[in-house]
Formats: sequence, C-alpha cells, structure tokens
Amino acid sequence: MKLRISHETIYRYDHPIRNLVQSLRLTPSIFEGQRTHEWQIHVSGGVRGPGFRDGAGDWIEGWTVRGPVNEVRVRIEGRIDTRDTAGVLRGHRELINPLTYLRTSKVTAPDASLRALAAEVGASAQDQLDLAHRLSRAVSGAIAFRPGVTEAHTTAAEALALGKGVCQDHAHTLIALARLSEMPARYVSGYLHSTIDGEAHDAAHAWAEIFIEGLGWVGFDPANSCCPDERYVRLGSGIDASEAAPIRGVALGNSAEELAVAVHVEELAQ
Amino acid sequence: MNYYNEMFDGDAVREPYARLREWVETMPDDFRQMKQAEAEALFRRIGITFAVYGEGGDPDRLIPFDMMPRVFEQAEWRRLERGIKQRARALNAFLRDVYGRGEIVRAGRIPARLVYRNEAYEKAVVGIVPPRGVYSHIIGIDIVRTAKDEFHVLEDNCRTPSGVSYMLENREIMMRMFPQLFRTNRIEPVDQYPELLRRTLESLAPAKCSERPTCVILTPGHYNSAYYEHSFLANLMGVELVEGQDLFVDGEFCYMRTTTGPKRVDVIYRRIDDPFLDPLCFRPDSMLGVPGLMDVYRSGGVSICSAPGAGVADDKAIYTFVPEMVRFYLGEEPILNNVQTWTLWKDDDYRYVMENLGDLVVKEVHGSGGYGMLVGPKSTAAEIETFRAKIQANPSNYIAQPTLALSTCPTFVDEGIAPRHVDLRPFCLCGDRIELVPGGLTRVALREGSLVVNSSQGGGVKDTWVLSE
Amino acid sequence: MLSRTASNLFWMGRNLERAETAARLLDVGQRITLLPNTELGYQNEWNSLLQASGTSDLFRQKYGEITQEKIEEFIFFDHDNPSSAASCLEQAREAGRIVRTALTSQVWDALNVAYQELRKIERQPRAKLDMAGLTDFITSHTSTVRGAINATQLRNDGWHFMNLGYSIERADATARLLDVKYFVLLPRIEFVGSGLDNYQWQVILRALSAHRAYHWAYGGDITAAQVADFLILNGESPRALITSLYEAVWHLEGLARRYGDSVPTEARDKAREVLAALESRNIEMIFDEGLHEFLSRFIREMATISNLVHQDYLMGGV
Repeated sequence: MKLRISHETIYRYDHPIRNLVQSLRLTPSIFEGQRTHEWQIHVSGGVRGPGFRDGAGDWIEGWTVRGPVNEVRVRIEGRIDTRDTAGVLRGHRELINPLTYLRTSKVTAPDASLRALAAEVGASAQDQLDLAHRLSRAVSGAIAFRPGVTEAHTTAAEALALGKGVCQDHAHTLIALARLSEMPARYVSGYLHSTIDGEAHDAAHAWAEIFIEGLGWVGFDPANSCCPDERYVRLGSGIDASEAAPIRGVALGNSAEELAVAVHVEELAQ
Repeated sequence: MNYYNEMFDGDAVREPYARLREWVETMPDDFRQMKQAEAEALFRRIGITFAVYGEGGDPDRLIPFDMMPRVFEQAEWRRLERGIKQRARALNAFLRDVYGRGEIVRAGRIPARLVYRNEAYEKAVVGIVPPRGVYSHIIGIDIVRTAKDEFHVLEDNCRTPSGVSYMLENREIMMRMFPQLFRTNRIEPVDQYPELLRRTLESLAPAKCSERPTCVILTPGHYNSAYYEHSFLANLMGVELVEGQDLFVDGEFCYMRTTTGPKRVDVIYRRIDDPFLDPLCFRPDSMLGVPGLMDVYRSGGVSICSAPGAGVADDKAIYTFVPEMVRFYLGEEPILNNVQTWTLWKDDDYRYVMENLGDLVVKEVHGSGGYGMLVGPKSTAAEIETFRAKIQANPSNYIAQPTLALSTCPTFVDEGIAPRHVDLRPFCLCGDRIELVPGGLTRVALREGSLVVNSSQGGGVKDTWVLSE
Repeated sequence: MLSRTASNLFWMGRNLERAETAARLLDVGQRITLLPNTELGYQNEWNSLLQASGTSDLFRQKYGEITQEKIEEFIFFDHDNPSSAASCLEQAREAGRIVRTALTSQVWDALNVAYQELRKIERQPRAKLDMAGLTDFITSHTSTVRGAINATQLRNDGWHFMNLGYSIERADATARLLDVKYFVLLPRIEFVGSGLDNYQWQVILRALSAHRAYHWAYGGDITAAQVADFLILNGESPRALITSLYEAVWHLEGLARRYGDSVPTEARDKAREVLAALESRNIEMIFDEGLHEFLSRFIREMATISNLVHQDYLMGGV
C-alpha cells in the first residue's frame, strides 16, 4: 500500500516553558515490509539535536526548544510503501539479544490471573508460534475494546481484571503472557490505516512483538485480532509503552500541559 | 581458624614491618591517645565525614581512622598490580563484547541468561562503542589475603567505586602527624591519583570534541554520603562538581550553566546510578539526572564514565566467570584468584550450601555495603534459620562462599595493639592506558573477631604503604 | 564558574550577614530588659524587632505571648525560624559545604568551626548558657569568617558574589530596621520628638552596632534627622544604605569587567542608578518624600537588584 501520513501533536502550556528536551522515536523502521519515500519531522521553535540508530534498530532524534514558549507542535509528514510480511519483522537490523526482552517492567508485571491464563493457554499449544497466536486470541477475547476506561499507567494485570481497554492494554497483556511463557516480547508503536472491517482508524496504534525461535520477531495485534500487515506502519519498540513512546520530553518550568493529537493515514492512488 | 598476621610471624616481625616495630612498641599510651585525638580533629576539620544510608543519626559521622599502617613490600605489590590490571582489561573486554556481538555467550562460556536478563544490563547501550572501547574507567577491586602469597578477589566494582578520598587523606594525615616515619621508611607516593584520574578522563573525550575536553564530576548532591569525596576529587583535579540541575542538553551537546552562560561539557565522571542519569531514557521520575543526556551520549556528543550498564560486569553472579573472561579475551591465566563461589541456582551448589550454611558466607547477588549477608560462623542458629527461609524463597538471588581466613594487621585498640581483619581496595584507572597508584584503601574490621570491614558496619580505615625497592 | 556555585556563595554571604543581624537583635533585646519599663512595656520593643526581621507572625503562631526566654530561643536557636542565628549559620555552612571547592581551607575551617561550636552550644541546657555571650559568639565567628574571606580568597568572581551577598543583605537589613521603627512608632504623633522617640532611635543605633560611631560622627543629642542621615547617607557609617550600595556596585563592576561584554550587566546598571539617586539626595528631601515611602521603595529596588543578579549570572542557561 502507498500511504500518506500526517501526524501532529500539540502541547499547550498555561505558563511559558523553557529548555524543552525531546527524544523522538518517530521514523519508520527499516525492514522488508516498509520503504519510506519521504519523511519529515519538525518541532516548532526547536533545534534538531542528535540523531542515531539504537541497538533495537529504531531511529532516534533529539530536539530541544529553548523557549520560552506557550505551545509546541511536533509535526510529521511522510509517504511510505508497505507490504504484508504476515507479521514477521524480516530484514530488520538490530543488535539487542532477544533474551533482554524477558525482563519485565511495572506495567507488564504478572499477577495470579495472568499466570493462570498463561498456564491455561500454554497447556494446549503445539509450538511457540501456535502458542503466540493462542495467547493473542486469548487477549482479544479477555479484553474488550473500550476507550476511556483505562489510562496511561494501567497495568496488564489491571486491564485483564477490568476486561476492557485500548490497544496499549491489549499489547501489555499479551507481552506479560508471552514473557510468562518464556518468550521474549516487546511493545511496538506505530500507525494503522484502517481496522480489519475497513472502518477508518484515526489514531496512532500499538501492538506487541513476540520472539519465535527460528522465525525471529513476529507482530501480534490482539486489539484487532490479527497480525500486522500492509495497513500497519512500524515506528519503534520498547519493553513497554513508556519505553517505546514515540515522544518523550521534559521541560523546565512549572506548567500544566494540555495535549492534542491528530493522526491521518490515507491511501494514495496507485 | 588460623589467620595470617601481616606483621608477625610468631614472635618475629616480617620484613616490611621491621622499621615500624620500634615505633609501635615504644609509643606511650598517652601519646597514642593524643595523636588519635589529633587525627580525628584533623578529619573533622577537613570535613571528611560519612553519612550512613538509612540510619539517620549524626550526618557528620567520621569513619574511624587507625594510625597503624598496612604495609606491602615492592614484590608483593608488583604481583597484585599485574593481577589487577589484567582483571581490569578482561572486565572491559567483556563489556565491549556483551554490548556488541556477545561472542563469549555464543561460545557458551557464560550463560546468556546471566548477561541479558541481568538487571544491570542496559539495552540503551547496545551497539554504542564509547571512546577507546572502554566502558568502566575506574575499577575498584576488593582483595583479601589469606596467606603470604594467597590473594583472592572478593568482588569487582565497575560502576562508581568510592573510598579513594580516604586513601589520599589517610596518607596526608599520616605524613602530617608522623613525618619521621616517612623518612625512615621509603614509601611510594599516592598523591598523583587525582592528576592521573583527570588525564584518564581527558583521554576519553567524545568523537565530536575537538579542543581540550572539559571534564566534570556529576554528584547526586550534598546529601549523598559520598559527597565529600566528590567535592574533594573535583577540587584536586581542578574540575567543576556539578549536579543534574547544572547541566542541560541543547542541540547535539550537553552544557553546564555558568555565570558567563552555557559552557559545553565533554566528559562526565558521574557518581549517580544508571536509573537516575536521564529521565527521558531511564526512570522518568528522576530529579537527579539530565533530560536528553543519553541521546547526546549515544550520538557521541559527550562521554559518560563509567558507561551506563557497566554494572553488568561486577554482578556477583557474573563474578564467578571473571577468570573465564581472562582466558577467553586475553588468552592468559588469571594472576589473581577468585574466591570459591557456590551459585544457588545450580542444584548441586544449592544442596551443598543448605547443608553447610553454618560454615559459609552467603550474599545477595545485587547487594552491597555488607547488607543482606549471612556470615555463618558468626551467626546464631536463629539467624541462620531466618536466612535459610530467605534463600528458599528465591535461591537465584544468592551466592555462597567459604568463610575466608582474612589476614589480620595490628591495629590500635583501647587496650593497646591487637590484630584485626583487613581487606584492600585498590583503584584501577582505564583510559588510553591502564594505571594504578601504589596503594589503595585498607579497610579494617574494628570489632574483635569481626570479618565485616564495611564502613557502614563498623569498619575503619588505615593508610596503605607500598615500600620502594 | 558554575551558576549554582555562584548562587551558593551569594547566599552564604547573605546568611552570614543575617546571622549577625539576629545576634544583634538579641543583644538589643537584652539591653532593653535591663532598663526601666516604658509605658507600653518592653514587649512592644521586642515585637518591633521581630517585625524588623520579618518573623513576628511566625513567632506568634509558635510561641504566643512574648517572654524573655521564648524570644531568646526564637531569635537565636530556633530552626523553624529561617532568620534565627542558628538557622542562618547552618544554611551558610551548608552552602559552604556544597561549594567547598570554591573556598580556601581557611574560610572553610572558620565556617566549619563556627558550625561545630554552635552545635556544642545547642546541646547544652539553656539555663546554663550565658545569653549575653551568644551575641559575642556569633559576631566573633562571623568576623573570623569574613576576615578569612578577605585575607585568603582569590579576588575572583566567587569573592565578588560572596561580598555582593553581604552588601545586599546589609542594605536590606538596615532599611527594614529603620522602616519598622518608623512605621510602628511615629504614627503616635505625641511621641515624635519626645524622650521616648529618642530612646527608640538609640535602640536602632544599638541594633546596628552604631551607637558610639554615631557620637563620634555627630556628637551631641540624638535626633531623628541625624540618625537617619547616619544610617542612610553617611558613607563613613559601615552599615549605611549608601555604604552597602557602594560596595554592591563595586562588586558588580568587578564582575562586569571580568566577564566582558558578552554577559549582561542589568544588575550593575540598576545598582548604579539606585546609587546615583541616593547620592543626589539629602535627608530633608527624604523626609519630605516620607521616610516610610522612601524605605519601601529602597527595599523594592534592592530586591530588583537581587533578582537581576539572578538573571544575569545565576541562571546560566541559553
């Protein structure tokens, strides 16, 4: 698919801020499923800082805004060709040993219910790939899509108990279950063109990747009960949502922050 | 148990201590007490104090200083020095390897799990090769002695080992109080350390630095127990002592806030722990660090000493493999031995340790400062059982070692002079060269019979002499 | 120099000066209790002195009614009172400890010894203390520190920042003390020019250790105009506003020269302006404007200078 993406994040502050420092993970990954033609990042009033590819293969770009400013806009414009690799992250250069992704974090820490679910699903699985698919289906079944009931710090255990949540909660829960099954797993952030039934999907998206012996990293999207295909654009990964966040930033100044995000992913004519 | 006494061989005095004997034995009690009080007053005036974590109490507590020096002869020291440098090279080779292709793991010489699932292994550093390929720049190696020629490494400290200020001040105070001792004994100096450290740091300037590098020491602040040391070193090195709030990132570089505006910083000798370095990369709630620092570091705009993630080399579980690293990377046989170590995640080791708890020393894998450990022979049956339960709950969190017969050194005590157990922490500097000043910090367990030398557990310090030829 | 280092040196100077002010207040207070009671009782005197240090509300909340013992505790020892002698000395020592590397060992020794001695005194039962000796204790130790600063510190930017702290704090303390006495007492118009009024002025002079110096300078009777002149416009009086301002300007000029054109000099420019305005006045003009109005404006201007010092040198950002 040929996709055009525009993504704007606007931060508004009630008092002016100075020395804003951001670390952006906002550039598409390089692998067989993606070819980027044009990609521009711009931060209003900002100076482009260091840019480099990290051990996980993500392109990281630092920006600083000296200020004082009351508003900062982070704007992305780009065009990208995608194709379906059945969720397999083929041709992605990375150096980090997968075992590193067996370590857990606060939001993906297991509790009794997660352990029970992992054990239950694990009992009938034939191999790792089968197990990963089963775990992803189990998460799709256990957590209904419902915006507004969970928040940024909701843990996998809490989302499972609640039975409702958004893509972040689905991904965290799948990651927790995979790690309990001794499969390395990580959080992926990116964009999604439309949901499986063709309905327009207007937000940034997130899913999970699980490391399968012999196959490598494979994506699973329990929120949409599928594996990522040509409608998905992969940006970067991390041990959980906070580590994989496309934008991380800190500013000097005591100010309340208001956030507005607009993402458009549209298909271009052939 | 039979302990090696470093000064006396029966009634005879060993060679390195020959000239000290008369000094010790003819010192009148009142003179000794007067000098001890003088030493304490000097320490307090200079401001060397030590706050013990989590204890409250007097924030200006002094580490007890013992006036009786600990002495090595030249030949003994040469061997130690070769062993320490060898170990430092191996540890850095290991770090370079595990943050790169991980050959030692691929070769099956170290279990992958111990490296990659280790809390101290830092994903953010993978693929980053710091200047000169060195990750750990100041390595403190804790060494104990059990016989004339038997030295063992107890642990490695690859992150930010402390105590070097005591090594320097102990010497300073001894020279001030007993100048005649330094005339009758020919003792190698140690006061070049700050200069060597500064040179080492300057040799680690990042790729993007083209002029003479600006180095700073980054401290968590004046409430930290080692603040005195941070400020002491900054002073002797002639570099700024900064806190996180003094630094900021702008564009591709890191700057410090000065009275004449921003000044670029090239090399940061940090004395704060990894999780606090950068809220954008590690703990988002850290107030001690510098937002964006890791991005600048990873793109070659600043050097951080030691590299984040260097701690994976000094973990107590990794420790058991250091002799293997020496063989694997250097193709040499280790000069310094490890202490025999049982790792409790292995079934055989677990069984042995549980059956012999009363004879062993058990430590937490990630513990430090003498906390969270069991010294079997010095513990009551109840204490042993309490500890047994902790081990059973999480065996892989522990290692066990035999109770070592730590050597003793004569030490001034209330009744006069008596043997007390000691260890040694030399400080090895790794930059364009690997260097070591002749000496180190000797810690002494002041309580009779105690084998725990940590200052947080009632240990004291001594001046450490290396005699020239 | 690190901005934070400069800031600590600046506040070290301010706190040492403030510790001395507290010690002087204590001395004056003691003096008052030795004299026959005034009509209003010495409570009123104490209260006005508390107001001078801006702590009378804090005192009332914590202790309620004023007694000799409570006042001594509050002004000298109380760590809840940020302006007590003990608080100020401790803050000065803490600032010094943080910037230990910017101090000579003589200055650090003097500061640290003062602090260690203070801690010894704090541990003693209050009843056993010679209260009169406490003022001497503070003034002699702070003098030692100041002597060590001026005898041993390099004449570099750090030295300028310390002295800037001293001079700005001193100008502020003198102005506040003058203002409080004026504001509290003069509205009762029947006292103006009376024996009582003169007595109040004497208390001010004593509070500023300027009692004898005044007599050398002016001789004869104490009058409000002369006391005000002495403490505001007389460049020989060490604690006069104009003297403190001379020093502040001198140190700001030193910094501006040292740092060159690339560093802003707004604090220096403002201090010059305030000094010029002061130099162009005499005491009649100040009384015509209204002493209270004049002092309030002066205090605000000192705060502006202090803020500009912060902006010019202590932020250190881009």
